[in-house]
Amino acid sequence: MAFLHRHRWLTPYALLAPGIAWLLIFFVVPLGFLGYQSLEERDPVALTSSFSWAWHNYADAITTYHTQFVRSLEYAGLATLIALVVSYPLAYFIAFRGGQWKNLLLLLIVAPFFVTYLIRTLAWQNILADNGAVVGFLRDVHVLGADGRLLQTGTAVVAGITYNFLPFMALPLYVSLEQIDVRLLEAAEDLYASKLHAFLRVTLPLSLPGVFAGTLLTFIPAMGDFINAQLLGSPRNHMIGNVIQARFLDLNDYPEAAALSFVLMAAILIAVIVYARMLGTEKLTG
Amino acid sequence: MTAAAERLVGRRTISPPARAWSFAKRHALTAYAILAFAYFLLPIAVVVLFSFNDPAGRFNYVWEGFTFRNWKNWDAVPGLTDAIKISLEIAVLSSILATIFGTLIALALVRYGFRGRGPTNLLIFLPMSTPEIVMGASLLTLFLTLSVATGFTTILIAHIMFCISFVVVTVKARLVGFDRHLEEAAMDLGANEWTTFQKVTLPLIMPAILAGALLSFALSIDDFVITYFNSGNTVTFPIFVWGAARVATPPQINVIGTVIFVVAVGLMLGNVLFQRRRARTGS
Repeated sequence: MAFLHRHRWLTPYALLAPGIAWLLIFFVVPLGFLGYQSLEERDPVALTSSFSWAWHNYADAITTYHTQFVRSLEYAGLATLIALVVSYPLAYFIAFRGGQWKNLLLLLIVAPFFVTYLIRTLAWQNILADNGAVVGFLRDVHVLGADGRLLQTGTAVVAGITYNFLPFMALPLYVSLEQIDVRLLEAAEDLYASKLHAFLRVTLPLSLPGVFAGTLLTFIPAMGDFINAQLLGSPRNHMIGNVIQARFLDLNDYPEAAALSFVLMAAILIAVIVYARMLGTEKLTG
Repeated sequence: MTAAAERLVGRRTISPPARAWSFAKRHALTAYAILAFAYFLLPIAVVVLFSFNDPAGRFNYVWEGFTFRNWKNWDAVPGLTDAIKISLEIAVLSSILATIFGTLIALALVRYGFRGRGPTNLLIFLPMSTPEIVMGASLLTLFLTLSVATGFTTILIAHIMFCISFVVVTVKARLVGFDRHLEEAAMDLGANEWTTFQKVTLPLIMPAILAGALLSFALSIDDFVITYFNSGNTVTFPIFVWGAARVATPPQINVIGTVIFVVAVGLMLGNVLFQRRRARTGS
């Protein structure tokens, strides 16, 4: 204590030390180890691996598993888009019509996600089951054939991913909509903007930071997910997460799995940069 | 629009279709919100409903009939109680440690100028934006390389790691909106730095610290992916469910899911009502 008193400039570092050390040792350093491992050569007979700048692991990862990469992008992108379309009007409703019930309505949004992730996904197995009401209805209206099914299809996987990450979309949207000054909307209406016009020119642009945050918070975990594809899909719907998981834990092919992990991170990074450019966030967040 | 004006508008639109259209337009958003809430809550209803199911086979898939048996014999499945115990232990320990580490970082970030603030912020942000599978895989690589046996300790290490950032963000938000004059007043009244922190700062940021701890607890008890990579032979509740999903899903899983849900919602509901009451009596 006395020592810290004499060297006041040390205080912030003392506060940071334990947490930052933890993150460095158990987050940054492991990524380094993963990078090292991704360049190891695996002996296919002895099943051991040793370091040898094996950049071909990356080339192999992309050529062998590009279908799973593309599928992950497709599923995660689609799920993010649906989550956005579903959540936006709901967040809008709570922010502008919620009144004194706002917190309670938010609770309704968050509450489902206190049921364990895996149990939630198993519940979708129940809902989409072959003899369930949803499949029955879709068969009756001939959207599905007489023996058509939802489980073990891409539709079920996308439905599961969409549902499982909904609060990550809805909450940032709500926060950005909540902050909008209602007087701006009144001003727009005073200036003879129609309701639609006021929404398109005032509300929507002001909520874009929330759209951006929500999209990223949904898309990133969705890209790496393997639970939905495992429980709701068939091997034909496997995503890159399934491949990494299997390579790592079932086949113990660590170099390939490590290379795949880095390609996944790169794919996410590229997707995020492209998306940020499209939305023009530099201008938005300043 | 006042009620009278609304009635006037209603009278002017004579034709029923037009009236129906205006009614639909006015209530479309509300109707949508009700549908959306139904969608959010449907799987939960299914989880609760199937906790009362009396399944015929090994899988709790199809509705067979109502029974209380699963609730009475909630601990009848071998391994389930142990898994819950381990999950709770890890959640308590990791949320305590992550909350301490995260709160200290938040204090340093908001209260002090120091070199390396940019990298620190980046280091806080990165774990929140890295896919879980990459974090899980890289931690396992670390443990494998150093030949550390995976198990309870490694799960705990991982959970503390991914919870810290969330605590920092939560506590930081509260500290930024904090009235520094209160601390200056305490100092003016002769309190030293430590007393001021203990008597003024800490009580004021306590709600955020508790929120961070609760968030960590929820993240820890629900985590599957990172845990799966670093668990060795240790079985947490989510890992138990995962294993069960492959061979047999006892309805007791739904019982536990329902209990976790009710406890969590009860806590949050209590918090919401408490704040509403405080807001009403406080103002």
